[in-house]
Amino acid sequence: MLTCKELGERASDYLDSEMNWRDRVSVRLHLMMCKHCRAYMDQLAKTVQLLRDDASTVDAGEPDPRLIALLSKRSGEAS
Amino acid sequence: MRGQKPTAAMSDELLVVGLKKGDEAAFRQIFARENAALLAFARNFVRESAAAEEAVQDTWVAVIGGIGRFEGRSTLRSWIFSVLANIARTKAKRDGRVLSFSDMGYNDPAVDPDRFSGDGTWLSPPGRWSEINPERILGGRQLLAHAMAVLEQLPPNQRAVVQLRDLEGLSAPDACEILGITESNQRILLHRGRSRIRAAIEVLMDTEKGEQFDPTK
Repeated sequence: MLTCKELGERASDYLDSEMNWRDRVSVRLHLMMCKHCRAYMDQLAKTVQLLRDDASTVDAGEPDPRLIALLSKRSGEAS
Repeated sequence: MRGQKPTAAMSDELLVVGLKKGDEAAFRQIFARENAALLAFARNFVRESAAAEEAVQDTWVAVIGGIGRFEGRSTLRSWIFSVLANIARTKAKRDGRVLSFSDMGYNDPAVDPDRFSGDGTWLSPPGRWSEINPERILGGRQLLAHAMAVLEQLPPNQRAVVQLRDLEGLSAPDACEILGITESNQRILLHRGRSRIRAAIEVLMDTEKGEQFDPTK
């Protein structure tokens, strides 16, 4: 039987579906019985979602003119 | 993904074709999409901003020069990150900074062991997070900014994996390829990195709860 501590170590594998079916069933059974681990799994899932939803747009700035010049050279070679 | 999101974005396929022809619009679109993320990623290998900027500049030069050899076996984004990782690794080595992605950040537990009893059950269980979103202000700090600040504090190998997998949305095999690590190490680093960020958010949530229910206030 999987302990809460062991589940804590494998939680990302479960969320990312990187677990064999036997381990997955074991985690699911544990989650059905343990509200604390359900809360933990939910916290980790929300953390991942927060990072994935990162909508902050960072100004990339302008490419260095030397890169554009290099590109023009490539354009000349391609044509 | 942290780069700018241009309107009417071209598909990767069109961008590659454009770049092969030396099309400036295609290059500018890729640059706008990737440059900020590349700069953040470079900092895992070289500490100083100037060195990171140099590594990214060299990456763009290599991308423009080498796009003809890009065969589409990986995604364009993954290929560009691979180019950067190679350049930044060489730079770090040249500057005498030996960067090993194989010897740190593996052993810390995902959850503080003191929170479990001897039989592995929760002694100090986690609470429920009812609503969590990037705009949420907790304890005077914007939640996403807090998560990003914790990300910056992670060991470089954990940070690199979290950046590639969760921020940039790359696959596990792509992250392994870029960082030159095994699949199992990638999984460990990802979970350790995420766990530290979760723990930091938990502290912030608990602080807020404490403030809400503090009877002396």
